[in-house]
Amino acid sequence: MRVNRKSLLAAGAVAVIATLGLASCSAGDSGSDGEASSSGTLTVWVDAERVDALKGAAEAYTEKTGVKVELVGKDNADIKDDFIQQVPTGKGPDITMGAHDWLGELSTNGVVAPLELGDSAADYLPVAIDASTYEGTVYMLPYAVENIAVLRNADLVPEAATSFDDMIAKGQAAGLTQPFVVEQGAEGNPYHLYPFQTAFGAPVFGTNDEGYDPTDLQLGNAGGEQFAQWLSTQGKNGTGVFNTDIDGDIAKQSFLDGTAAFWLTGPWNVGAAIDGGINVAIDTVPSPTADAASPFAGVKGFFVSSESENKVAANDFLVNYLGTEDVQLELFEAGNVLPALSAAAETASEDPIIEGFAAVGAEAVPMPAIPAMGSVWQYWGIAQADIINGADPIATWQKLTADVQAAIG
Amino acid sequence: MSTTIDDEVTPETAGGTGQRPKPTKRQRQAAGIADAASGGVKVLILKLLALGIVDAVALYALFILVTSGEWLIAAIVAIVAIAVNWIYFSRRKLPAKYLTPGIIFLALFQVFVLVYTGYVAFTNYGTGHNGSKEQAVSSLMASSLQRVEDSPTYPVTVVDQFGTLGLLVTDPDGDALIGTNEQPLQEVDAEFDGDKAVGVGGGTSLSFAEVLARTDEITELAVPVSDDPNEGALRTPDGSSAYQYVSTLEYDDAAGTMTDVTTGTVYSDIGTGAFTSDDGEELLPGWQITVGFDNFVRAVTDPRLLQPLVYVTLWTFAFALISVASTFFLGLFLAIVFNDMRMRGRRYYRVAMILPYAIPSFLSALIWAGMMNESFGFINQVIFGGASIPWLTDPWMAKISVLIVNLWLGFPYMFLICMGALQSIPDDIQEAAKVDGAKPWAIFRLIKLPLLLVTVAPLLIASFAFNFNNFNVIYMLTDGGPRDSNAPIPVGFTDLLITMVYKVAFTGQSRDYGLASAYSIIIFIVVAVIAIIAFRRTKSLEELN
Repeated sequence: MRVNRKSLLAAGAVAVIATLGLASCSAGDSGSDGEASSSGTLTVWVDAERVDALKGAAEAYTEKTGVKVELVGKDNADIKDDFIQQVPTGKGPDITMGAHDWLGELSTNGVVAPLELGDSAADYLPVAIDASTYEGTVYMLPYAVENIAVLRNADLVPEAATSFDDMIAKGQAAGLTQPFVVEQGAEGNPYHLYPFQTAFGAPVFGTNDEGYDPTDLQLGNAGGEQFAQWLSTQGKNGTGVFNTDIDGDIAKQSFLDGTAAFWLTGPWNVGAAIDGGINVAIDTVPSPTADAASPFAGVKGFFVSSESENKVAANDFLVNYLGTEDVQLELFEAGNVLPALSAAAETASEDPIIEGFAAVGAEAVPMPAIPAMGSVWQYWGIAQADIINGADPIATWQKLTADVQAAIG
Repeated sequence: MSTTIDDEVTPETAGGTGQRPKPTKRQRQAAGIADAASGGVKVLILKLLALGIVDAVALYALFILVTSGEWLIAAIVAIVAIAVNWIYFSRRKLPAKYLTPGIIFLALFQVFVLVYTGYVAFTNYGTGHNGSKEQAVSSLMASSLQRVEDSPTYPVTVVDQFGTLGLLVTDPDGDALIGTNEQPLQEVDAEFDGDKAVGVGGGTSLSFAEVLARTDEITELAVPVSDDPNEGALRTPDGSSAYQYVSTLEYDDAAGTMTDVTTGTVYSDIGTGAFTSDDGEELLPGWQITVGFDNFVRAVTDPRLLQPLVYVTLWTFAFALISVASTFFLGLFLAIVFNDMRMRGRRYYRVAMILPYAIPSFLSALIWAGMMNESFGFINQVIFGGASIPWLTDPWMAKISVLIVNLWLGFPYMFLICMGALQSIPDDIQEAAKVDGAKPWAIFRLIKLPLLLVTVAPLLIASFAFNFNNFNVIYMLTDGGPRDSNAPIPVGFTDLLITMVYKVAFTGQSRDYGLASAYSIIIFIVVAVIAIIAFRRTKSLEELN
């Protein structure tokens, strides 16, 4: 009796399993429809904060062409490594958002496809196109140009400084002991010190017609040693303007507290300063020499995967939809970083803050994307930190040059 | 017969030897009640539902895997799914029913990861050797295309002539030209829409949707401009405009060589996973190959490592041993103190003690790093009234700081296990010792500690292994710093072996997964040997019980 009841139940259960199985099959079917017509879907990896900014462009593209655009929000820190790992397996996206200094690595790993901007290349800021070009080929559709500048507390110091010494003098006249702050750390922060280094005429690499030339290391030239000496006079045993204990948070706090009137930082910190009630003005980086102090420009953009099966749609979407003023302005709203498209940059520059950064950006040079730059970063910061903390500037700088040269090979 | 599937031991078989007395009537009644209460039917339905869900997921996975051609993984999923069904529908296999889920997860999360790490250690997987040779070739060919300088943009229409795709081009003079992969551009009579040629007799023009559907063919489409190959070819990246490109690389499929057409250099596949010229210059990207023991040889012979390796190894052992000892003794001390019945409000103190354990170690390490900042940190500013103690920037102070922070992070764990172990030591032994006139210290040293170690020793060994590879604390607190500026690699004075390996294998922009895997296998062997020796020795403790 019971056995019978059980077998009945078992039969019922088999039916349930079969239904579930069928249901999953049919679910699988619909899933595979998506797969089969995958030429109809573009997968785009986007920094999670900018997904909303791209929604309009994605919808417009779908409406116009019938190609679905799937925006996948990702943590900015994971995008590069995930992209490099997943593209060769065929599971990566068609397009990813990224930064131009990834180019060397992406290209060495063969995961990006060249992008043809055609005649529209002339519509972008020159620094953006330079940065998007690697070994003579354009790989990136730029959307933003980011560089550091000096944030000035205009209530404390109403006038822009004309030189580095003038800046310190003006700040001290306003009664501040540490008038200028810049983010450093135990291992230094060469990105933020680079404007001063260029003012002494010491870029990292020389350039040739294909861009930065890894065989032409300029770091250790005479200007580099002058910079090292100057840095040493502004460090622990000198004026103390640079201090490796000041990290990003401490620098921010002193500017917000009004104990520092000048803060060398990027547009990502402007929001915090304005929210903190500071009357912020943006100045170019005051130079310690007669030459301009040029910061690095970081250019953000979009890459097409080399394994994408939808290269035509990907190219079309990037060049003709994301390269428009509307979309570039949307992205600008999301990040408050100067757009790479000249027309959009002009519109955005109506804001005096953006205009200030754009003026500094006009002097900026693209951060080198060549893989050799990785070897420079490794030794650069620690050498600068040592000099700030009182190490012999010339010897330390020479060792830095030798170490970098050895690492590049 | 039993009434539930799980119940395989029937009275008949269990009492088969006849030694067990036959169940009385009451016992049988009780069994019947228990049976009904166990809800045989409900359990059965639940089981079927659970298995149904497992099967549905497996079927779905199979479907996806088969459509994407992953046959090996599909076969594994199928076999596992069948095995699971067989085990759970069987009336026997009771041990298997308990073990299967564990084994599946063990295989998935431990065995697979270990085997894969082992496999990667024997490959050159890393920057520049990221994919297959095929992908490397196509990527090299794609990036070698150079747009001819000052060449115009050609408006194009993609046309299909009897299955062959061609480009219908409007040249800057307004003339229509057509060509295919084999056939160079030649003039043709075409229909115009405004200035642009949009159609040609004998061919159908592709709409944008059709262009998208045939993306693969269109990205392959390169129409020679003329009979002279040096003039390059027209390619269209978006199906509506074309540009003139020349390729600087030429791939010879038969010989397997890449030739740089501008310099004439021949790069051949010499078995190193990249096209290499005679004078050793490599074209990157290359591809993944297996390299045998190369990574292990490199790991132990790398000249950059010789100098730092000695002190990093010593510090790693010191860090692990001191961390285990300090956390254990502090935890034990507190456990004994809070185990004392005379203490009031023990419960609240215990909760407070466990708090450091409840905060994620990432977070607390970062907070400690901020508090230990030399000029601005809470410790120097508030506790030491403005002193400038170089907590994290002096080589020796940094080591001490790391140990302090790790003590703070680690003692609650030891506190918890010691408290449990202490409570399991019978009171009568202690009372007997007291009666015999033993002093508290003697009771602790001769009775409590040995008995405690019986249960705690294996956990101490595990804790040693954990601290030996304690990446989080070092990475978050000091990142290995302060840097040893004399070392040829960016290693610091608080780097453990694992963080040094991380720096060596992942410095700058290069990712060397092969080397990193080889190192982790070497570290695993070191830790495993120490653990085995230690476990052997703790066996002697067990004889105490």
